[in-house]
Amino acid sequence: MEGIHVSEANLVVYVHPSKHNKIHQAILRNLSSLLFQFNETFEGIVLAYDFNILDNYSKVLPGIFPYLGVKLKANLLVFSPKQDMLIEGKVVKITPESIHVIVLGFSSAIIAFEDIRKEFKYETRKGEELFVSRLNKRHVIKVGTMIRFLVKSFDEAVLHFSGSLMPDNTGSIRWLDRSSEDSVQTDSAKRRKERVGEMGMSDSMVGTEGASSLNNNHVRKSKKHKISQDH
Amino acid sequence: MRIEIADYNPRFHEMDDIDYSETEIVKYVKEALASVRLGDRENYDHLVGVLHHKERRAPDEVALLVTSLKALSGAVSHIDMICHSSLLSSIFGMSMWNYGPDMLDALLELVISLAASNAKLLDSCLDMLVSNFMPPYYLLDALKEPRGLAKKEQVLSRVHTALKDIAALVPLVPMRLPPIVAQRMPSVYKKDHLILIYIENMLKLESDSMGELVGSTMLMAVVDRLIDLDVEIGLEEILQDDSYKGIFELELEEGDEAIDYDGEDDGELPRALTHKFLSGNVIAEILDSLMVLTFEHLESCENSGRLAKVFEILLKSFQKTVMTTYKSKFAQFVMFYACALDPENCGIRFAMTLADIFILDAYPPVTRMSAVAYLASYLSRGKFVSASTVVTILKRLVDWCLDYCTSQDGAINPKAHRVFYSGCQAIMYVLCFRMRSMMDVPRLKSQLLVMPIELVLKHRLNPLEVCLPSVVAEFLRQAKAAHLFTVSQTFIFNDLLESENSRDFGGRERLDMFFPFDPCLLKRCDSFIRPNFVYWSMVKTTYDDDEVNSSDEEDDHEDSADLNELNIMDEGMGRSYEEQEVDLDYALDKMSITPRNGLGGRFGGRFHGQMQMPSRIRPSTSPESL
Repeated sequence: MEGIHVSEANLVVYVHPSKHNKIHQAILRNLSSLLFQFNETFEGIVLAYDFNILDNYSKVLPGIFPYLGVKLKANLLVFSPKQDMLIEGKVVKITPESIHVIVLGFSSAIIAFEDIRKEFKYETRKGEELFVSRLNKRHVIKVGTMIRFLVKSFDEAVLHFSGSLMPDNTGSIRWLDRSSEDSVQTDSAKRRKERVGEMGMSDSMVGTEGASSLNNNHVRKSKKHKISQDH
Repeated sequence: MRIEIADYNPRFHEMDDIDYSETEIVKYVKEALASVRLGDRENYDHLVGVLHHKERRAPDEVALLVTSLKALSGAVSHIDMICHSSLLSSIFGMSMWNYGPDMLDALLELVISLAASNAKLLDSCLDMLVSNFMPPYYLLDALKEPRGLAKKEQVLSRVHTALKDIAALVPLVPMRLPPIVAQRMPSVYKKDHLILIYIENMLKLESDSMGELVGSTMLMAVVDRLIDLDVEIGLEEILQDDSYKGIFELELEEGDEAIDYDGEDDGELPRALTHKFLSGNVIAEILDSLMVLTFEHLESCENSGRLAKVFEILLKSFQKTVMTTYKSKFAQFVMFYACALDPENCGIRFAMTLADIFILDAYPPVTRMSAVAYLASYLSRGKFVSASTVVTILKRLVDWCLDYCTSQDGAINPKAHRVFYSGCQAIMYVLCFRMRSMMDVPRLKSQLLVMPIELVLKHRLNPLEVCLPSVVAEFLRQAKAAHLFTVSQTFIFNDLLESENSRDFGGRERLDMFFPFDPCLLKRCDSFIRPNFVYWSMVKTTYDDDEVNSSDEEDDHEDSADLNELNIMDEGMGRSYEEQEVDLDYALDKMSITPRNGLGGRFGGRFHGQMQMPSRIRPSTSPESL
């Protein structure tokens, strides 16, 4: 999936003096406040972090509350979705007018009917709502399907995507992967055929070998026959 | 599905008597929405008109409304926050309490679709759902009737289902919902019962699937509101009530039985009088009902095995708000009841936490004094608290007090050593209630006798002179009867107890007079607390038998103690609630009575005769506390 990367960051975490004996805990608390919110500094949503305290001595800020400035080197896993990126999510609801998706378990996305390519047709099968491809009946999107879609827009406050299934390379991931595998397979099959074509000669040689063995058998048989005849 | 649209409006003449499929109606609505951008508002305005609230709708109007809502659900992606603001305000202005099930379902489907499709509308949708936690005013009375209750169930079950459905589509809902719920909460100044139904919904949210994420905020908000209401019922309000004077007189009149007692009452305050000062007080009634709601919620948590988890949240909330509130009167009983439901875990956890706060230097003195006041009152009043737990906690308190006073050289100084004095008073107060039950169990008795209580009380800091005289007197009387420690002449039993020092150590807050778990004055709340509560009248003191068996001699304590062991109360305070009821008259006679010396002389002057526990005067309502 696009949009996820690890960023290395040099940070200074300001710890309240009352937490001076629980520095590690205070840092965890501070960094955890970054999680699952869009952060303009990192231009994305921090999903996870890992840090090392660089210096055992920290700077004390002058002021009414002498905050401690602790220097860190942190690795942040950041999700920065941008327009026109291809991202993946799990379908949680289907209506005739929309497909509702959850991305990475915390972010919601909607693909409106107008953004679903005409290839897909809404159907209900045994009470289950789904979008089925008209071109390939195996390409089905239903509740629980992991789909790949194009980001149309992203609301940073609520972490909500508006997506699109217009491009051909969007839809059910399973089907897309399988079809690409198939295309690879068909390519390899083609190549094999070509190879087979090239090896046409050796095939005929196999035939002659067979023929020779047959001939040998025949020879042997005729020998046997000859022997029995001799007896 | 095909829907026939009846002839409802001249503007829709072209539609008359024609069947339209759902898709076609959705298409029509989409076009109406899109045409707004082009300046054509005719169809759109009509749509808004259909949604706009009307008092009564004819069946065909209802059908049209349902159809419109369903069509809008299919066209949510075309709704723009700015272009279609009038439509949105019509939708969000609809009160679910005014409609039948079909309408409700259609409306909620639309709200869910809106919330899931447009990020900017999420908060408005949640806000709309939360605002429907409460019925309109005109339905408030109807809710007491079965029809009203059915309506309430119909609406609220759907609202909660809708919230869950939105949360399933938008996982961040639990993050956005709590602030909205907190903001929508009716203020304490609204003296109506809407808050009850609102808090009922908050507690429902806590127990629902979303409770894992929003539960702590909900519970904390509920406790905060309890405190807000608690504070609204001012001490002055109680004291200025004329009936209070009567009660106070009663306290001074030992054995006065001229009052018409409620047959079930065995407490130190007859119910009729107990609740008199709060009857007619709307806030007290609301608070009473809210406390009962919370108790019932705790019971349901206990039944579903979630109490331990909920208790941790309550404990945090208690430390943060209840304990820091100036003499909270009622809200603390939530903790008491939670502990009563699970004494083994919650009960012990509560006592240990309070003891930890008292002992740790990190907390400010006022917090520590407040904690030990809660601890003393809890250990004394909780019928479910085992005597062994009491001994364990007492040991910690005594050890801390001993450590403290051995490190001090100075003489009596109520202000400087207020934490120490509050600890000493707590020890004495608990022993007033519990000494007899401990003395009756040999193991506990030996533990108690080993405690260096004598060293602490005889120290130069002289806690006996500083602590509340009535507590000291009662304690010494019991200690003497039980031979808790060597009686020496340095102990003053009946004489010369100064109150100025006591006032000093209690500080301006008069924490020396704070006994938070004194009998609850709220009527319905009290019925929950009562079976788990130890009233002073129920307490068997160490000198009880002496008084019964011999009027003037106290020499044969050992013998009488031996005899008493036959009637040993098991751990805890002993006799059952039913037994207590049988002994009602006795209990009333033996009810704790404050000295007759009157207000001025009560703690300031000399005492003539033996003092008794001030348990009938709730410190929170005592004039001294002001």
